Amino acid sequence: MTQRQIQILYRACWTIALLIAAIPFVFPFIWMVSAGFKSVTEIFGAPTLIPRVWRWQNFIEVFTYQPFARQYFNSLYIAILVTVLTLVIASLAGYALARMRFAGAGLLMLFLISALMVPEEVTIIPNFFLMRWAGLMDTHWPLILLPTFGPHGVMATFLMRQYFLALPKELEEAGKMDGLSRFGVWWQIALPMSRPALAAVAIITFLFSWNLFLEPLIFVSSLEMFTLPLALSNFNDSYGLPLWNLQLAATSLAVVPILIVYLIAQRQIIESFALSGVKG
Amino acid sequence: MTDIIHNLKTTRTSQKPWLTLKAREMMEAWLFVSPSFIGFLIFFLGPLCAVVYYSLTEWNLLTQQATFVGLRNFENALLENPDFWHVVRNSVIFALGLVPLNMALALTLALALSRPFFGVVFFRTVFFAPVITSAIAWAIVWKFLLQGEGGFINQVLALVGITGPNWLREPGWAMAAVIITRVIKMVGLNMILYIAALQAIPRDYEEAARLEGASRWQIFSMITWPLLAPTTLVIMVITTIGSFKVFDHIYQMTGGGPENGTLVLAFYIYQQGFKFFNVGYASTLAMIMFVIVMALTIVQVMLRRKGME
Repeated sequence: MTQRQIQILYRACWTIALLIAAIPFVFPFIWMVSAGFKSVTEIFGAPTLIPRVWRWQNFIEVFTYQPFARQYFNSLYIAILVTVLTLVIASLAGYALARMRFAGAGLLMLFLISALMVPEEVTIIPNFFLMRWAGLMDTHWPLILLPTFGPHGVMATFLMRQYFLALPKELEEAGKMDGLSRFGVWWQIALPMSRPALAAVAIITFLFSWNLFLEPLIFVSSLEMFTLPLALSNFNDSYGLPLWNLQLAATSLAVVPILIVYLIAQRQIIESFALSGVKG
Repeated sequence: MTDIIHNLKTTRTSQKPWLTLKAREMMEAWLFVSPSFIGFLIFFLGPLCAVVYYSLTEWNLLTQQATFVGLRNFENALLENPDFWHVVRNSVIFALGLVPLNMALALTLALALSRPFFGVVFFRTVFFAPVITSAIAWAIVWKFLLQGEGGFINQVLALVGITGPNWLREPGWAMAAVIITRVIKMVGLNMILYIAALQAIPRDYEEAARLEGASRWQIFSMITWPLLAPTTLVIMVITTIGSFKVFDHIYQMTGGGPENGTLVLAFYIYQQGFKFFNVGYASTLAMIMFVIVMALTIVQVMLRRKGME
């Protein structure tokens, strides 16, 4: 065999190995959608990828079993609010930490770094009492405030700071010469230049809030206030056993739209995670 | 002309006699960081101090008021309560299973996918997809696939004549199942971190080595692997910390069972605090988790310093 043939054979082996390795990553999604269309009896019968009987009814029952449309909306609006708030707060603080000199800056950095390292689980108990004291139990406030100001928000702040540090200072100084205030420089010059960082923060923050589970579990109790992950884990019969076909239909409804957006913007989304992983 | 007037105006306002430029800049900076800082005080520093105090109290929400008991809870956890060491053991097994598996798979995938070839984007997209999926959704689907009777995995095993175990009902298998499904979910993240690191290595190194007649393995073990060391270190610590924090995955897949076989630290804190309302004891557990995560982080920083020297 020539060198070239060996090369091709080598490539082919790798590709086949990768295809096999990809099965456990892809198959659960396919099986989830397929099972979402099946009846309970068919679900545990002989495995077929295409349902024998397409039970569209599952997707209606999902909405009658619990207020699923409302829960879907809750997740969506909370994720958008958390994203917007995080963008504003993280880019403000990140800008100050990158560009301004002020007493206490070093100490503040140290504080924030320590917050980055402490998992939410450590502070969740006092935060529970705080929210109860403030009368915010079974509202969406904890699900908005805690992610925004928690370790994730701090990570976003550092990501913005790193990006601002790498920007050229000249434009901002020119803006100051032209009589812009600090706030004006931030809003009109620094922010427009840092669109890639803002996009990255927006993407990871949206997904972070969308997938959040511990906080909703602890702070929210009525069905109308549930978010998606909580709603998904709640498709059980009166014995606490899962209503598999409904649960998988609902899970499909929750996951597939995100997957479609991911497939369209996969490059941007993966890069956002790479950025946050490296910096965070 | 208007420009000159404008400039004059701005210089005048910025030279208010009662506020020096420096003080003004400082005030502005604190305005910028204040939302972040106030949130930090209320939702992080305050609660962190509170949890230290709670951990020193005997406090069950259902039966009693908080009473100060000193280190009693720590004694209870570390010396008396057999559950605690069982949970620690589970967490350590979980980490020891997950971290090497995750990192080995991530590195293998990254090595295969760091250079462009036909289909590389497809594979990267596929291996990363579970990362963006909610852990609850992922756990729901895998719990379904791993059902003992009529579950898909066991049906496939039956085709080749193997009777699969009741995966999530036997402690050992349940732990293995939780680890493996968690690795599949999260490996994409470490994969892209490794890919980024691999792409940052100059191609010349490898070419030069190849010209010298080095084999693929030699190139990997003597050039690539040492150059990846800082990335490996970061990934190792992030993944280990992440493995101590895992909660939603276990909540949905096993609920800590069977026979507490998958009861790990984060889940134990939730259980003690929010199921049994043992606020004092749960806070003690939270403090212990805090210490573990801090220790891991400090180890990372020290190793990194050592690596730089």
